[in-house]
Parts: sequence; C-alpha cells; structure tokens
Amino acid sequence: MRYTFAFLDEQSKRSVRRALLKAVAIPGYQVPFVSRELPISYGWGTGGIQVTCALLGPNDIVKVIDQGADDSVNALNIKRFFARTADVFTTTLTREATIIQTRHRIPEECLTASQILVLQVPYPEPLRLVEPRETETNRMHAEGDYGRMYVALYEDIVRHGEITLPWQYPTLVNGRYLMSPSPIPRFDNPKLHMAECLFLFGAGREKRVYAIPPHTAVESLAFDDYPFRAESFHGRRCERCGSTDTYLDEVIADVSGRRSHQCSDTAFCLQRQANPAHPRGWGHDLTSVPRKEET
Amino acid sequence: MGYVAVCGGENAIRSSETLLQFYRRRGETDSIQVQQIVEQMRLAVDRVMAEGSLYDPTLAALAIKQAEGDLVEAAFLVRAYRSTLPRLQTTPLLRTSGMRLIRRISAAFKDVPGGQILGPTRDYTQRLLDFSLLDERGPAPQPPRAALPGDAPEETERVSEYLRREGLLPEPSRDAPVPVDITRAPVSFPMPRSARLQHLARGDEGGMLALAYSSMRGFGNVHPTVAELRVGYLPVRITVPGLPEPVVIGEILATEVELMARGGRGDGDGSDAPQFGLGYGFALGHNDRRAICMAILDRSMMTEQPSAPAEDQEFVLSHIEGIEAQGFTNHWKLPHYVDFQSELDQFRARRAAASASHEEPVAPSIAEVPA
Repeated sequence: MRYTFAFLDEQSKRSVRRALLKAVAIPGYQVPFVSRELPISYGWGTGGIQVTCALLGPNDIVKVIDQGADDSVNALNIKRFFARTADVFTTTLTREATIIQTRHRIPEECLTASQILVLQVPYPEPLRLVEPRETETNRMHAEGDYGRMYVALYEDIVRHGEITLPWQYPTLVNGRYLMSPSPIPRFDNPKLHMAECLFLFGAGREKRVYAIPPHTAVESLAFDDYPFRAESFHGRRCERCGSTDTYLDEVIADVSGRRSHQCSDTAFCLQRQANPAHPRGWGHDLTSVPRKEET
Repeated sequence: MGYVAVCGGENAIRSSETLLQFYRRRGETDSIQVQQIVEQMRLAVDRVMAEGSLYDPTLAALAIKQAEGDLVEAAFLVRAYRSTLPRLQTTPLLRTSGMRLIRRISAAFKDVPGGQILGPTRDYTQRLLDFSLLDERGPAPQPPRAALPGDAPEETERVSEYLRREGLLPEPSRDAPVPVDITRAPVSFPMPRSARLQHLARGDEGGMLALAYSSMRGFGNVHPTVAELRVGYLPVRITVPGLPEPVVIGEILATEVELMARGGRGDGDGSDAPQFGLGYGFALGHNDRRAICMAILDRSMMTEQPSAPAEDQEFVLSHIEGIEAQGFTNHWKLPHYVDFQSELDQFRARRAAASASHEEPVAPSIAEVPA
C-alpha cells in the first residue's frame, strides 16, 4: 500500500497552504486550520510537521532540530518521517537547509531569505495566561484589547521585581497582534525581529497556524523602565567549542553535581569547533530590545 | 540500551522498535489472528472504530493487535491512517428508522410500537468471572433463532416521533445547514451543533463518561430519560449521478440514543407550552455507554447560560478529544532542556534577589498562575 507524497492527502495539504497564505498576509494572527492526525502523536510536533508536509517539494533539503539538537530522538524521528514519506534530502547544516523544522529553538546561525523556519507550537494563544476561553481571546485579539496582559506583567513586576516569564515570552507582531513565539527561550526572541527568513508556526493539537513574514517588527513585551531581559549565562562558555555568545544547556557533569555547559545548537557548535570565529550573523545586537517605533 | 537523547538517538529508536516487537510476541502462543479480534473482541473493535472515526472492523482489529490492546493507541493508529484517505462522497441523511435492529429499548414507555428488543447486553447478567472460559473449547453456542435480525431492513419508527406528534419534543429544523465536517473545515468556538456532535462521536469514552457523569451527579442538571436506544445495521446510501434514487453501498453497525431532559424551549420561562429538550447520541458499532454519554453531553451543551463544566462546549469539546489529549500528556516525556534552562535562569535570579533582601519569595510568578 502506498501513501501520498508527504503523507497527507492532497486536499489536506492544500488546505494547510491556504491557511499559511492567510497567516503570512496577517502577521501574528492565528489562522484556524484543519489539523489532521499524523502517525506521530499530537504534542510531538504535529503542527510543524503538517506545515512542513504542505511546503515540501521533491527538491527541498530538510533539517529538523529539537531543543537545538539535530540528533535528539524526536528530531530524528520527524526527519525519518519526511525522508520516508517525501523522499527528500535531509541535512544537519543550517545554511544548507531550505526548510528547518524546530522545537523550542531558533538556530544560532542567521537564516536567509531563501529559508523557512517552521516552529512547533504547543500553546498558540499568548492570552491563555490571562484568559482560558477561546471565544474571549478571539474578541481580545479582534479589538486589540491587550490591557489584561500588560496588567498581569505589571503585577508580576510588583511581586517579583521583574517579569518572570521564562520561555514562550509574548511578543507584539507588526504593532498589531499579540503572538506566542512558541516555547523558545527569551534569548531567541530578538531573532524574530526584522529577519530575512520566513517564520511559520504550526500548532497541530490547537489547530492554528501563524506567521512572521520577513522584515516584520516583532517586539517582546516590556515596559520602558522594565526592559526585556534575555537569559544570562554569566560569561560561561561551551565546554566543546568555547562559545560565550550562544544559548547553553546545563549538564550535570558528574556525581559530585558539578555543572558543565554545552551549546544547545549542536550544528552551530560543530561549526564553532572547526572555526571559533564562525559568525552567528543575525543582523542585530541580540541583547538589544526591539521596540515599536514611536508614532 | 541507554536513552541518549543527544547522540546515538537513531540507534536507540531502532532498538526500541525491535524491543516492542519482542514484547508484543513474547511467550509460546500463536500470533493472534486479526479475524479473531474482529470476531471475539467485538466491543474493543467498535470502540476503536468510533474513536478512530473510521468504520473498518478489520483495520480496527489490526490496530488493536499492533497496539497490544491499548485501545487509545489503536484509535490513534486508525485516525492517522484516516488522514491519508480522500473524502469521496457525502451521503444523504441516513434514516435510522430503517435499521436492521439487534437491540432496541425505551426507558420512557413500557411498550412501544415495534416492541422492545433486549438483544445482546450484559445489563442483566451477574458479573461473575466465568472460569469455563479459561480453557474454552468446542463450537460457538448457537443463538436463539428468533433473536437474530431479519435480512431486510424494516421500518421501525423512533419513539421520539410519537412524542413529537404530541408536541412534547421540538420539531427538528428542516432547513438545517449542511453539516460541518471538522476533519475538513477549520472550526472555532462556538461550534454549530453538527460540529459538536462530530466531536462527541469520536471523543474519548473515558473523558465523555466522566463529564456526562458530572452532569447527572450534580455539576449540571441533566436528568435524562432514554426515549430510545437502538443498535442495528444501518444501510448507507450514496447518490450516484445518473441514478434517480440513492443506492445502498453497504451497512454499518451503529448505536443510536435519543434522550429527553427538562429545560427545553418554554420550560422555565413560561413563554410557551413547555417542551423537553432532546439529546442525541450515535456511536459506530455497538456501544450503549458511549452513545448515552454523547446524548447527555449534547443535551447539556445546549444550556444557554453554562455554569457547570459539562455545559460549557469549550470545556467539553477541547478535553474529550482523546487522541489529542494522550499525545500532549505523553509529550512531557520529551526533552525540555532549553525551557528548563530558561526557568532556572529566572528562578536563580529570583532566589538571588530574595536572599539579598532577606525576604522569602511568597507570591507565585505569572508563569505559575493558571489562567
């Protein structure tokens, strides 16, 4: 028995592409789509997989990462799925890939205008922090009524002295839609701002896709006197490549509980091991705070 | 075999798959044949067809075999397969009054035209373990002759029709819009009834049972009367271009429940002569419990001002979807190093600030407060 190219039947893939076109046209807006069951479980990247399946052509070169790593079991399993059902080439080299599917990270190496980053999304709704009901969050988005979100952040500052959201830090896209960047660390949020590449977000279980087209302003929520803060590694370096400017995974190195640190982006770490000067290349200072321009 | 998430993952996956095959067939017995599952695990097959949302007993049985009897996993396998199938046709409305009945009961009336048929049910059995099945041999027992359904469909009017004629139940809307197919069209809340019913028809039975039970027990107010529960073979018709009448392409075994509960139109506000509200349940295969749960939830979600969980369609429909729920629940086993590192960064900063100011952090952070 044969399956269709890239598994999903053609009607389903077309419906995903239609939703993606709408998503690109309205940056940051969550477009409902018909999410089909895949042979991989909901919650394991099915939104991203459906987006990738809808985009794949026979000449695409696909890279899949999970938590930044190419050889993490889930990334490997998803990559195997694409190779098996669409017979596409796969790679671990970031610059070689035409489509990169990722869970919880944006690669350290800057993506170009000819690349698409597909992010897997568990919770597409940034307002879920303050409102559980979709009927109500739909209204809040439609009216740009984000006051409760800012109040929640303000209350957080009053209690803790800073905004304590760790990952999945909410952003405002194109000055209009509040958007969850997926559970990427805050460290990666600035990469979304005015990028060259197209970002597509797929939430399979919640049946939503959304997009950040190239050259779109993406602002991480903050206040003038309480600016956005990315994770700090306090000058620690990767024990493999020596980098001090990448996102590091903390590893319990031995039974004494000693910690060591390694780049979360394994492909980038290998590049840096070969060439310590290998650039990240994202076009802006990663520690700066992208702000909406005053009008 | 170490679970090495960072490297060597490919080998780990392959070894794990091989191990699964080993565990599935360990021991000395013969491999279970799929046809045996179809014939002897009838109700498991029916549940997998319902939650898998595909009427195919052979594939459902195959999925049960492959999943080592994990019915949620089996339904998931069937659903995944279903994603590869194009939708070729939509049938005209099926008339369940034309079922070849194997079971039909009404809890509302002692006798109904067409009669009550108890059919195959464990309802009135004593649940004693039958030790003779430990080593069952010999041919299958013969059914009582009169108890098998006829070969031809017979018209048996539904009990609800009698109540409708009396005005106790509302007339079904004749200008009903084309039903939504939630597997083909994006849906969002609030959902039309056809989408709600489709959700319920494929929902996880355990989840539906819990929510339906909550409604009848006190978190909500559905105290239903089962107007009718019927199980039988339902002819499926399609329209073929060039033919004047729809043609029958086969039969499906199905369970249908119609139940009545108070709180229909005019019951309470006195604006009209009061009517009962009707809850509708339908399950592929034979599954009384599932169909009753569906009918109760259908009815409870019609409540205009939802106050209990089972009355709130966002709450019910988002959480009875078993294939989604099991996936997301299992996904917590995936690596979360990056997120946890981000949490640690926040947590250590807060701890440092707290010990610097000699204050205990007491208030929960925004990230910990459920909305």
